[in-house]
Amino acid sequence: MSELTLLLIRLAFLAVLWFFVIAAVGVIRTDLFGSRTAPAGARKAAKPAKPVAKPKSKKGEPRQLIVTGGPLQGTTIDLTETPITIGRANDATLVVTDDYASSRHARLFPQDGQWIVEDLGSTNGTYLDRSKVTRPTPVPLGVPIRVGKTVIELRK
Amino acid sequence: MSEVAVSPVPMPAKRRGAQLIMLALAVLIVMGAYANVGLAMDGQVPAGMLTYGLSLGGLMLAAYLVLAKFAPWADPLILPLVTLVNGLGLVMIYRLEQSDLVGMAGASATSQIIMTGIGVVLFAVTLLVLRDHRTLQRLTYTAGLVGVVLLVSPLVPGLGKEINGARIWIGFGSATIQPAEFAKIALVIFFAGYLVAKRDVLALAGRRLLFIDLPRARDLGPVLITWAVAIGVLVLQKDLGSSLLLFGGFVVMLYVATQRTSWVLIGILLFVGGAFLAGQLFSHVGDRFDVWLNPTSNEYYERQYGGSYQIMQGLFGLGAGGILGTGLGQGHPDLIPLAYSDFIFNATGEELGLTGLMAILMIYALIVERGLRTSLAARDPYSKLLAGGLSFILAWQVFIIVGGVTNLIPLTGLVTPFMSQGGSALLANWILIALLVRTSDAARRPPPQAIQNEGLTQVFQR
Repeated sequence: MSELTLLLIRLAFLAVLWFFVIAAVGVIRTDLFGSRTAPAGARKAAKPAKPVAKPKSKKGEPRQLIVTGGPLQGTTIDLTETPITIGRANDATLVVTDDYASSRHARLFPQDGQWIVEDLGSTNGTYLDRSKVTRPTPVPLGVPIRVGKTVIELRK
Repeated sequence: MSEVAVSPVPMPAKRRGAQLIMLALAVLIVMGAYANVGLAMDGQVPAGMLTYGLSLGGLMLAAYLVLAKFAPWADPLILPLVTLVNGLGLVMIYRLEQSDLVGMAGASATSQIIMTGIGVVLFAVTLLVLRDHRTLQRLTYTAGLVGVVLLVSPLVPGLGKEINGARIWIGFGSATIQPAEFAKIALVIFFAGYLVAKRDVLALAGRRLLFIDLPRARDLGPVLITWAVAIGVLVLQKDLGSSLLLFGGFVVMLYVATQRTSWVLIGILLFVGGAFLAGQLFSHVGDRFDVWLNPTSNEYYERQYGGSYQIMQGLFGLGAGGILGTGLGQGHPDLIPLAYSDFIFNATGEELGLTGLMAILMIYALIVERGLRTSLAARDPYSKLLAGGLSFILAWQVFIIVGGVTNLIPLTGLVTPFMSQGGSALLANWILIALLVRTSDAARRPPPQAIQNEGLTQVFQR
């Protein structure tokens, strides 16, 4: 083996090693941003299936639920058409371990482009901003909902 | 409302394809490295390349299939990244095995690939048996007991063995294992379960002094116990690495659970104080510090046992490698004592240079990042702590050993995860990766759909 060949192999090997690292970062990048939108195929299939009778402007609709306070702070959940349950039960969408929360504490569900919060008969109550939620109430963007020690917010 | 239930839920992509491509790329890179070693040393592609490459590829394909079947939502990057570091370790061991020097007689790529095979089997078994990592929460105290028993087992007369000055081995006949490697996983499981139960009292009680919140004296109990165990390991087993690994892991998990800086400060002060005292009282600990501070001194360099010869050879190796390295098979990493186990990082550094080392550190960083990401995405506190603890332990271990062999911190007897030759560490780390994969599968799985209370039929879908 000539010196030159070995030098070229060495450089090529290092380049390939870094290519692997960059490719890995690429997978993460698409992974991070891809989690918000579904894989292209599923999304295209979903679009036409939706009822056309939804003239609501998409602008004001929240797209994410963010935990802004409590032990789970920083967790985000992408809002879809499915309702979100909050509580200590293992099958809740957001599982809180908090002595002040009930197993099935509160529920958030979309209706006519708005998200509604409903207390599910919890012991310590659910609070929208400062007021206790006694019946299903629409949730504006950025207004804190308190469940025990956990605070969540809807964001765009 | 009926159309609401029907509409499909946007999900995070599984990205199986990306995983398979990255896995194939990792195996190809490893095979390329084999070919490179052979070309440089003998002028021809080594005969074993296909065997090694195919066995590694076959093993990883098996691991991939198990993962795709039993943890379909798991992170796509963890397995390929681990494959690459494991494979590069195999290549380095193979390369050192070619050396004629007496010191390299212990290097055996064949035994390492067999261990990799067993590691993959354990990975698969863990994924198969453990369908929901939260069942581990029930085993909190069992795991704690197992961890402590494993940790002290080398001290049992007759069972424990002292090799190279550290009493961290237990032996059955000629086979030896290093129980501390398995103990670290058991202890992370214990810490996660314990801290989930006790976090509120640890986080809330206490009073504020100056700018930090001091915990109550009685809540210091667990910290003091862990500290005592860690210092005990340091003094009785002469194992600074495991001691630092265990205590660091606990303090960080405590911080993650309580978000109180005071715990970290208390932990650092306790450990530095304890290690300093141990350094004053016990010569084997003190030696490590002396060597760390003056590695170039002639007295330490020429000392027969516990001197700085090894670390200086390692540093010379890194220096010889420079930015681009000498090329695989073209340096002299076999001059470093134990280049195939503790000092594999320097051996790799000599042949791949700073550029290659940075790539390898990036790969470790990415594995850890995926673990921490899993921790962020997890929806319950136990999974968060478990994933955070496991990935931190991995990162911390890389830091301790890489810091040690580059003389940033005192040298400890830890292995470089997945690269160093050594069965126990490899098996334990494959189990650790399986636990991370299991947790990330649960974290990335789309959230369970809540019970719809419209209509008579309730559809419950997970």
